[in-house]
Amino acid sequence: MSVRTRWAIAAATGLIVALLLPRLGVPTFYISLLTQTWIFAIVAMSLDLLVGFTGLVNFSQAALFGVGAYTVAIGATRFHITGFAEVIVLGIVAAVLTAALFGLVALRSEGVGFIIMTIALNEIVWGLAYQWVSVSGGDNGITGIVRPHVGPFDVSANTGYYYVCLAFFVLALALLLIVVRSPFGLVLKGVRETPRRMLALGYNVWLYRYLALMLSAGFAGMAGVLFAWYNQFVGPVTLSLDQTTQILIMVILGGIGTLYGQLFGAFVVVFLSNELSAVTQRWEMILGLVYFAVVMYAPGGLVALVPRLWARLRGRRAALATEEP
Amino acid sequence: MTNVKRLAAIAAAAFALGSVGAQTHDARAQAKTFKIGFLYPVTGVFAAPGKYMQEGLELYLKEHNNTLGGMKVEVDVADDQGNPSVGLTQIRKLVEQDHVDVVFGPLSAAVGSAIVPYIEQHKVAAVYPIVSSDDITQRTPSDYIVRTEWTSSQPTHVLGDYAYKTLKYRKVATIAYDFSFGWESLGGFVDTFQRDGGKVTKQVWTPLVTSDYSPFLSALPRDVDAVMCSYSGAAAVNFVKQYKAFGLKMPLICQGNTTDESTLQDTPDAAGMVTALQYTAALKSPANDKFVAAYTKAYGHEPSYYAEGTYVGAQYLDRGLAAVKGNSGDAVAFVKAMRAVRITDAPRGPVHLDDRGNPVQNIYIRRVEKQGSQLQNVVVQTYPNVSQFWTYNPAEYLKQPVYDRTHPACNACGG
Repeated sequence: MSVRTRWAIAAATGLIVALLLPRLGVPTFYISLLTQTWIFAIVAMSLDLLVGFTGLVNFSQAALFGVGAYTVAIGATRFHITGFAEVIVLGIVAAVLTAALFGLVALRSEGVGFIIMTIALNEIVWGLAYQWVSVSGGDNGITGIVRPHVGPFDVSANTGYYYVCLAFFVLALALLLIVVRSPFGLVLKGVRETPRRMLALGYNVWLYRYLALMLSAGFAGMAGVLFAWYNQFVGPVTLSLDQTTQILIMVILGGIGTLYGQLFGAFVVVFLSNELSAVTQRWEMILGLVYFAVVMYAPGGLVALVPRLWARLRGRRAALATEEP
Repeated sequence: MTNVKRLAAIAAAAFALGSVGAQTHDARAQAKTFKIGFLYPVTGVFAAPGKYMQEGLELYLKEHNNTLGGMKVEVDVADDQGNPSVGLTQIRKLVEQDHVDVVFGPLSAAVGSAIVPYIEQHKVAAVYPIVSSDDITQRTPSDYIVRTEWTSSQPTHVLGDYAYKTLKYRKVATIAYDFSFGWESLGGFVDTFQRDGGKVTKQVWTPLVTSDYSPFLSALPRDVDAVMCSYSGAAAVNFVKQYKAFGLKMPLICQGNTTDESTLQDTPDAAGMVTALQYTAALKSPANDKFVAAYTKAYGHEPSYYAEGTYVGAQYLDRGLAAVKGNSGDAVAFVKAMRAVRITDAPRGPVHLDDRGNPVQNIYIRRVEKQGSQLQNVVVQTYPNVSQFWTYNPAEYLKQPVYDRTHPACNACGG
């Protein structure tokens, strides 16, 4: 079996299991945690496009995510824009425009400078959400967001909405995989590795970074829209620096530069934080130990563990096979 | 071999997780227990006051043999971490997974506001023992929520009036947290103080997370009779300390949580401050003496308003459950029954709820005094039966927007 078919089988099995889960009597609470996982996986993948493929550690990802979420809330409560497709498009456009602005400022610098700039930009957007009460509802946020019908389907129940988010996750993963394998994606990798050489080869490094940032924002905004509908609430925490850090942790846990790995990163963070906190007050410490362990012993992220374990198992089996006769 | 061991460990972990799930199902099968979904910040920035909530509920249940309204009680704890998104996830767990009969909590106003639509959609009864956002019982009340503590502006309406009429202050500057709790706290004060004839000459707002207050303190005018403030927790300790260290001599008058018992002993500079709140551990009454004695014995420190508020919240649950004879299934009827409860012997004094579900109760003007080695919020005056609308006509009051940064406008700023 080639690596390719093996991956195809794994992906197909995963998808079938994901589709069947709500039908297998999994409690609705876990269905809602999984829904949250799909959403965070999308935004983590969008950040991975920047961190893993373009070499931009963007600390304003939560702001882009939050702009998508606030677009839903403000659109619904002030302008009565509630259609499914139009809100998704609006949320994505709003996030992309925000990133277009961010890029003009932040991309003047690289490395640590870029990080500091994006932290500042994130704080500005957070400050707006926190203090511009007449628009954003301040720290109390905006409630009363209603999930729209998706075509003929009523997704107000958790199970229906689970499928919506799953579909968007699959779509986002597919699109991002196409992007990173395209010539454009290869240029991004070049920009990540040796920006100077790319410059010398005649590539407009700044422009590629700028485009990657906007592309990433589109996916982050999409996840933000889904998150606003999921919680039916938006508050400043959604676009706080804490949220950025959490997304970044998902990326690191899942495996930087893998895209699909972000699903595991999101899964671990969402489930550990919600399940452990019910068991122990020290859940943050345990989460910290998990990050620590992953960074120390599996720097490639959780997904890098799978092929490694697989290889070890196979190695053993192969060894056994040779011993047998 | 190590792989086998590892697999075994994983299987054991999975099994353990599964059995946790199974337990909750078994518990549901046992009839006639009343399940409280206790949503409060076990971890995060509000963990310290959250501890007082936990102690308040625990003490009440201990004193009542773990029964409320004649029913055995089971408490399911969920940690909202003071974060609205987490709060929403956790309330889902309480309602959909644990099938609780009532949601009890939270502490943070932001969490409190975020979960309202969920509560209404799922028709769950909720008791808010701490959250003070004005509009929960003013412009947007809910038939599913009982609030048993206060609105942010309830004590400060009184403080504004007291500052003008009794303390004879005429010119005041204000400083507080720059978010809705700060705005509502000060809004109440500015409203009544200005209507009485006082002048507010400057309003300074500080970001929620501020470690160095000096740039804000230097913005305060010195030619005022007093400075009105609202802070809580570690911010209160920091603010009061830096105010004194800065050499400011104007008297400080504040929202009562600034000198709350949970941080009072860490704030030695607070001596002499005048504050207003619906509770003080130093209140002399048989009910409070008994409460403070039992609480101090159990936990080794005095109760704060977080503890007393949660205790009274449990008292409401107890009496309400007795009134509906344990039939809490109809959430609206259950909430209505709780709202009708009148408590004459709460630690804070007599309490009943108005028709929007907010307590009508005594507001105490307290002064921080040193008694022995301990600081105390000593009652200097009691305003009995204060409503959230102060002495205003509720209908007209509700036509005004909720208090915020610019409403009511200060009448002598920049002048």
